[in-house]
Amino acid sequence: MNITQLLFWLLTVIAIGSALMIVTSKNPVYSVLGLIVTFFAISGHYILMNAQFLAIVNIIVYAGAIMVLFLFVIMLMNLSRATETLKNKWLQIVGAIAGSCLFLVLIAALKNTEIKKNLVEMGTGDIGLVKSLGRELFTTFVVPFEISSVLFLSAMIGAVVIGKKE
Amino acid sequence: MPINYYITLALCLFAIGVVGVLTRRNAIIVFMCIELMLNSVNLLLVAFSKMHHLAKGAAATAGTDGQLFVFFIMVVAAAEVSVGLAIIVMMYRNVHSININFLNRLKH
Repeated sequence: MNITQLLFWLLTVIAIGSALMIVTSKNPVYSVLGLIVTFFAISGHYILMNAQFLAIVNIIVYAGAIMVLFLFVIMLMNLSRATETLKNKWLQIVGAIAGSCLFLVLIAALKNTEIKKNLVEMGTGDIGLVKSLGRELFTTFVVPFEISSVLFLSAMIGAVVIGKKE
Repeated sequence: MPINYYITLALCLFAIGVVGVLTRRNAIIVFMCIELMLNSVNLLLVAFSKMHHLAKGAAATAGTDGQLFVFFIMVVAAAEVSVGLAIIVMMYRNVHSININFLNRLKH
């Protein structure tokens, strides 16, 4: 087992463990911390696949901006000790069964495919670098890139209008 | 690494997100589980783009599209989070709770 495989399994265990922490923890702050750890583990996977631009963007956008927003909202509502009162045991059991059925069905669908023997390129290849992604982004995908700026503007106006006091 | 390890990991994270959405009643945690599902799809897209690049070794830019799609998913997710958290704040201001069971009052 070489170092890449070791890092892959380590990051996988961290990602799945902290994802379980999001779902199971009672305190929402712990859920946010679990989500941050999951995002860092996924960024580690991106670095293992040499997708450096996406790894950095993932850390900046998700672990930086979005998680600060989540923590800020939780602080604002003082939810850190809020418990979920209307708890339905049956609903939880049924939800867990439904999720595991979805997982099993998708795994079973994967089992007979041809694609599963293909290899993923680890650590080499320069398509994930800023140079090649930026060239593609500003030539082929320049119209969606500009439209996304309009999307951000509308999201900003929408957040201000919704959050405004009457 | 074979692609099926990455598919299994992404499916695992996605299923955990689905279970969270179905079982938790806290609107913020439901929202975080949706983010988790988006991220598992991003991971799968990056893995497939690297697989495609390895398969099409001759073309140097094969697989770039997949990573740019991940970039656009992140853009849309950031916009979605800002609006969604504003909606949750407004809901808390109106009903003083973020339990999503209270959202059935919207139909009255």
